[in-house]
Amino acid sequence: MKRIFEIILWGVIALAGAGALAAIAFERREPLNAVWFIVAALCTFLVSYRFYSAFLAAKIFALDNTRATPAERLEDGRDFVPTNKWVLLGHHFAAIAGPGPLVGPTLAAQFGYLPGTLWLIVGAALGGCVQDFTILFCSIRRDGKSLGQIAREEVSKRGGSIALLAVLAIMVILLAVIALVVVKALRESPWGTFTLAMTIPIALLMGIYLRFVRPGRVLEASIGGVALVALAVIAGQWVNGSPSWSRVFTLSAPALAIAIIVYGFAASTLPVWLLLAPRDYLSAFIKVAAIFALAAGVLVVRPTLAMPALTRFTDGNGPVFAGKIFPFCFITIACGAVSGFHALIASGTTPKMILREGHARIVGYGSMLMESFVGVMAMIAACALQPGVYFAINSPAGIVGKTADAAAKTISSWGFALDPQTITSLAQRVGERTLLDRTGGAPSLAVGMAQIFSGTIGGEHLLSIWYHFAIMFEALFILTTLDAGTRVGRFMVQDLAGHAWKPLGGSRSISGTLLASAAIVGAWGYFLWQGVQDPLGGINSLWPLFGIANQLLAAVALVVATTILLKMGRARFIWVTLVPMVWLVVVTMTASYQKIFSASPRLGFLAQANQLAGQISSGATAGAAIADTRRLIFNNRLDAAVTAVLASMVLVLVVEAIGEWIRILRGPTLPVLHESPNVRTRWVGANSVWPQEGEQ
Amino acid sequence: MRKVQSKATSLLRGGWVWLRQVSGDAAYENYLRAAARHPDSGSPPLSRAEFYLDSLHRRYSTVSRCC
Repeated sequence: MKRIFEIILWGVIALAGAGALAAIAFERREPLNAVWFIVAALCTFLVSYRFYSAFLAAKIFALDNTRATPAERLEDGRDFVPTNKWVLLGHHFAAIAGPGPLVGPTLAAQFGYLPGTLWLIVGAALGGCVQDFTILFCSIRRDGKSLGQIAREEVSKRGGSIALLAVLAIMVILLAVIALVVVKALRESPWGTFTLAMTIPIALLMGIYLRFVRPGRVLEASIGGVALVALAVIAGQWVNGSPSWSRVFTLSAPALAIAIIVYGFAASTLPVWLLLAPRDYLSAFIKVAAIFALAAGVLVVRPTLAMPALTRFTDGNGPVFAGKIFPFCFITIACGAVSGFHALIASGTTPKMILREGHARIVGYGSMLMESFVGVMAMIAACALQPGVYFAINSPAGIVGKTADAAAKTISSWGFALDPQTITSLAQRVGERTLLDRTGGAPSLAVGMAQIFSGTIGGEHLLSIWYHFAIMFEALFILTTLDAGTRVGRFMVQDLAGHAWKPLGGSRSISGTLLASAAIVGAWGYFLWQGVQDPLGGINSLWPLFGIANQLLAAVALVVATTILLKMGRARFIWVTLVPMVWLVVVTMTASYQKIFSASPRLGFLAQANQLAGQISSGATAGAAIADTRRLIFNNRLDAAVTAVLASMVLVLVVEAIGEWIRILRGPTLPVLHESPNVRTRWVGANSVWPQEGEQ
Repeated sequence: MRKVQSKATSLLRGGWVWLRQVSGDAAYENYLRAAARHPDSGSPPLSRAEFYLDSLHRRYSTVSRCC
């Protein structure tokens, strides 16, 4: 009886999901409601979790709940901490969810809702979740080793070094591009700048409280901190209204970029307890709360999507970023569908905390489904905006013009009706001077979120508060990623430098710390500065570069995963990781090739450099502008070189891995797997909730 | 009625415990429990303040936050 009920239930879920997906794909007569998207995503994710992840767990990994995990064998209460699976799910999700799944889908909405939504759903179920789950499993079986260490042991020494270098390169580009998102959101915005600036003293207060007053009482400090941040958002309105104060907090893009660079250096060199850790607590709370609020808001308001399924910009001439759906939709929505960065978390703290191998399914596969759901929400928020408004906010001034009149004229000529009055009055209603030329995705997401929230609570007169709440939330956790990333980057640089010259290595050397911090901040700061100066808005060149880097890291992770599956004797099921790997390699190689060699100056780095060089030699650029143009030429060539280096590193790894695969498949002897010993668990019944209490 | 009430209380309690665990508020208690399970590890357990600093240094020397 139960069995029949189950079959019917899953049949209904599968049908509902398929029906909703079909509606999204084929309905063109009238605008779709967001509910279709939620049903499509939820049902597809439920089915893929119930069946596909169960298949992976049973047939491929053969997860074994009687085998002791690193958390049991190496338990120390510090790194190796056996943790309840729901707690670990929360931990892991908070670690992987960043600005990526919010910004990427927002940018990809320029193609219309269809390509991005389909890729979010399909990419996560068959690619991203598989990657996260597999790497988590591999790391659990190897005492929680990192992706780089696993690559070195299972693929080759060179594979390990490539993974390490790829991580460092991605880190630099990631930090630059997310800093640029903050600059674009806060430029000429006294309210937003004030709120974000206030989070620094709030974090310092929390840091001192947690260190000296009530050590380690994270919850009470965070609740206090969140209340203060909420006050800061409201106080921002007064700052915005006061002529003298608003002048203090009105910063140009270059000034903001310098402030962020200085801040990044300070935050990565100061003791962690003072600024970095309390900020992280603050941002984790606000992040998770805001994501849930967005999901609840979408469910309550159920907005209709104003964006068409496909726009004219599928032709590759989009104003938000250049390039066609293939490959650039899949590069732009990196996180949310497949994110290579997750492989670092899945081979970092999480495998050391997992209590039972079986929990890897919900923690690895399940949390990535949640992240992808966040991406679908961001897509809904972006597409709920009038397309004209969406393009006015996300297009650089270099393309649509600097004034509301010019922008409205250009955008209307694309077929998206826009009245200049609409965009100026919207800016006033959200408490900003302008919403034009706010590239980077954060501001348009904030407008979308504010409309959804104000449709739930507060109505029109809370619109500006909600907008600035959303901006604060995005900027806050972007800066947290910036702090934490700069610090980790610093350790990597110190590690590398230590190999070259001993005194520079080791985190205790003050000069080494300062030099390494300066190197890493200088590296991302350079790309940030380049983005700020870019007449096309910077996001156009930096976000694809980040996407390529992130997807290349995912390809690295999947190469490692495929090698391990082969060694485990799972050649029959190798498509599980091989298909997403091949897809990612094809996507990233095509994107890299087009970014370097495309003849279109908006798409190809070299074509743009040549066009600018032509302007100098023909005399079209003269006088003081020549020096600026020369710098732009250099930057374009640098971006081309960075792309080429990243792509060739991955190609080397793929070739190396294929050699290893052939050896494994042909080899007369069984390949060596570097798993840790199979020890039976001594903990009984440890699947129950809160296992730490009284269980042995 | 009483059944519903006790269910609600246990749900709330579960939520609170979950929040304390996820946020790291209960990390020190977990650590002490682990230390008690392994009394042969040599050195005496760290104090709450020492443990807090130690855990921060560990967490922020590896990739702990994603994009």
